[in-house]
Amino acid sequence: MNETYAVSAAPHIKQRISVKSVMWQVVLALLPALLAGIYFFGPRALLLTLYGAVTAVITEALIQKIRGVPVTITDGSAVVTGILVAFNINAAAPWWLPVIGAFFAIAIAKQIFGGLGHNIFNPALLGRAFLVASWPTLMTAGWTRSTLDSINGLTNLPANIPAVITGATPLGVAKAIRDVTQVSPDIADIIMNKLASMDTIVNLFWGNIGGCIGEVSAAALLIGAAFLAYKHIIEWRIPVSYILTVFVLTYIFGGIHGLFSASIFLPIFHIFAGGLILGAFYMATDMVSSPVTKRGRIIFGMGCGLITVIIRLVGGYPEGVSYSILLMNIAVPLIDKYTVPKTFGEVKK
Amino acid sequence: MSLKTFPGGIHPPDSKAYSRNAKIENIPLPQKVVIPLSQHIGAPAKPIVKVGNQVLTGQKIAEAGGFVSIPMHASISGKVTRIANYPHPTGMIAQAIEITSDGEDNWIELSENPDYIKLSVDEIKKKIAEAGICGMGGAGFPTHVKLSPPADKKIDTVILNGVECEPYLTSDYRLMLEYPKQILAGLKLLMKVLGAERGIIGIENNKPDAIRIFHQLTASLSNINVMGLRLKYPQGAEKQLIYATTKRKVPNRGGLPMEVGVVVQNVGTAYAIYEALHMGKPLVERVITVTGKIVKEPKNIRARIGTLFSDLLDFCDGTKEEIGKIISGGPMMGFAIPTLATPMAKGSSGLLFLNRKEAHKVEEHTCLRCGRCVDICPMNLVPSLIANSVRYGDWKMAERYGVMDCMKCGSCAYVCPSHIKLIQWIDIGKLKVTELNTRS
Repeated sequence: MNETYAVSAAPHIKQRISVKSVMWQVVLALLPALLAGIYFFGPRALLLTLYGAVTAVITEALIQKIRGVPVTITDGSAVVTGILVAFNINAAAPWWLPVIGAFFAIAIAKQIFGGLGHNIFNPALLGRAFLVASWPTLMTAGWTRSTLDSINGLTNLPANIPAVITGATPLGVAKAIRDVTQVSPDIADIIMNKLASMDTIVNLFWGNIGGCIGEVSAAALLIGAAFLAYKHIIEWRIPVSYILTVFVLTYIFGGIHGLFSASIFLPIFHIFAGGLILGAFYMATDMVSSPVTKRGRIIFGMGCGLITVIIRLVGGYPEGVSYSILLMNIAVPLIDKYTVPKTFGEVKK
Repeated sequence: MSLKTFPGGIHPPDSKAYSRNAKIENIPLPQKVVIPLSQHIGAPAKPIVKVGNQVLTGQKIAEAGGFVSIPMHASISGKVTRIANYPHPTGMIAQAIEITSDGEDNWIELSENPDYIKLSVDEIKKKIAEAGICGMGGAGFPTHVKLSPPADKKIDTVILNGVECEPYLTSDYRLMLEYPKQILAGLKLLMKVLGAERGIIGIENNKPDAIRIFHQLTASLSNINVMGLRLKYPQGAEKQLIYATTKRKVPNRGGLPMEVGVVVQNVGTAYAIYEALHMGKPLVERVITVTGKIVKEPKNIRARIGTLFSDLLDFCDGTKEEIGKIISGGPMMGFAIPTLATPMAKGSSGLLFLNRKEAHKVEEHTCLRCGRCVDICPMNLVPSLIANSVRYGDWKMAERYGVMDCMKCGSCAYVCPSHIKLIQWIDIGKLKVTELNTRS
């Protein structure tokens, strides 16, 4: 017998799927949101996103060279991280902000832990956290669109409107009106009614608001998310449990006159405002840093929702999506450990 | 109406078109056959012939090595030329009896019995055991053992497995199309032996003609149902088929179907039982699918047990391009074997040839923890965590994660984007955990 045949363990056929195909499909899914960002904030949105992606790829190659491991920049995972970092930055930011954010995300959050598959935290979110901690004013102020323009009727408010509200994101406004020392109750009521209204929600949904490059248009993000769900790259448990938790908790606690004082539009406002859609569908679902078990994913999503709402309603920041996910990332090994599923036909030993 | 099925599972391309329409053909008698002494689960059979003995087709050449064992019969007439180690269709090396043909195919005298249905339960069981019948779907559990549950386990349902969920394979399908009456007769025998009130024939909905034929045959029978099942792998796995057809869950940690009042048999086994009882024929031949993109003429072949794979391939006119991999069985759970000088056994349902490209080896990537394996595992395990525990030698953890409950269907490895050889890791885990548990 002069021929030799391959011998290996079963199975001998394989679905056509790879790390590479998964990552590039995520890049594809992010394109609608990028287009929306360019549409609302101009070509600078594209430029900043490119800075982020290119820096991420170069950093990955550089560190893999230093580590002496194979360079895997074509797998697309660094591109995803770079885009996501830029998506968390506002379009008026200086060019070096996404560059430093992407560098930190890849070098510190990803490669130091051993690269793709080993990182504890979502790299893009850790990059964002680093930027927020280092340049809080650049990250949270100077939105390129005025919120007041986009929230119908708010421009016609009386002249005694406090400075804290002008120029803030919708969530910033929602936060400010909870502080009675800054905003008088009658004005707070007027603004709350405007925020929790159909008009505002429609603007939030399409992206006609101030905010970061990638989180501006819920509609564009949902198109990409639908594609990822169709391709079985993201799964429903994390986003659904996350968003439902935010919905329920903001309905109960979101009003400014005690429990259940919010209109039904307020929880919807909280879903479409800020980074929840981006976070729930693209960040919390990051495979590496979320639980593998099915029950674990639901607990993870609920935990993210709980922390997000706590930060948004009583914390020090207007927005809590990124910190909520990072905090839940820490809990992932524990969640996995205690949610091992019951085997088919499980009987007690 | 949504068709019945089980939780989890995958949808690999069924690739059955190559051989689906090929009628069962008899292969000319081979010049020699190699009959392994172990073609089943349990003790190997013990040879009762010596080198040089003349044997007739159907003559017993090895007796059962215990209760959980089966005898072997000569599948051609001729001379015993060697009793030695040979390649085995599971990729191992094992003892086998080689018979060189005299070209005559002289059979032992077969005692036909048209009144077989009147035989007593014990007589039927004895004849099944004597005919050397084991499960023909792959695992090869001795059939008479399955038919002898302890007195306290009442069997109310017999399920015939006509699912054939492995891609490429069509031998059960052709058997169902061409010999449905014989299969049904086999089912009735099984029900009689077990005292079961109900018979179920489970067939996936990619075989509508087979479903139709059995519907027609059983239209007047109130105690036998034909169930069309939603196409999904691994529906033909025993526990999954039982759940799909009866909603009963076989207990894990080594639980058997009889604990939920069910016995499952492959349609090929039912056919062999019928032949043994009616014709008095021992199990010396079966239908095997020889297929693959590169096979010139994919076929469903009725061949004698012990026929070499090289003879089967020659009968299909060889391959169009270089062979990359030879698979004994189906592509999901079959064995890659190193040589064509391997004989087919009683459990050989298929012989699949892949080209070099299809057999291409891919490198493992780090686990992304994406959870696809968790989403589809039909046993509801966490394959990635089991594999990781094994990789780092944490056998306790592997056991806690259910390594022993894995049936190695391969669905996890099929969907893994990191190309992790999950079944290989799990196999190592199974061996090690078994070893540690027997030692302590």
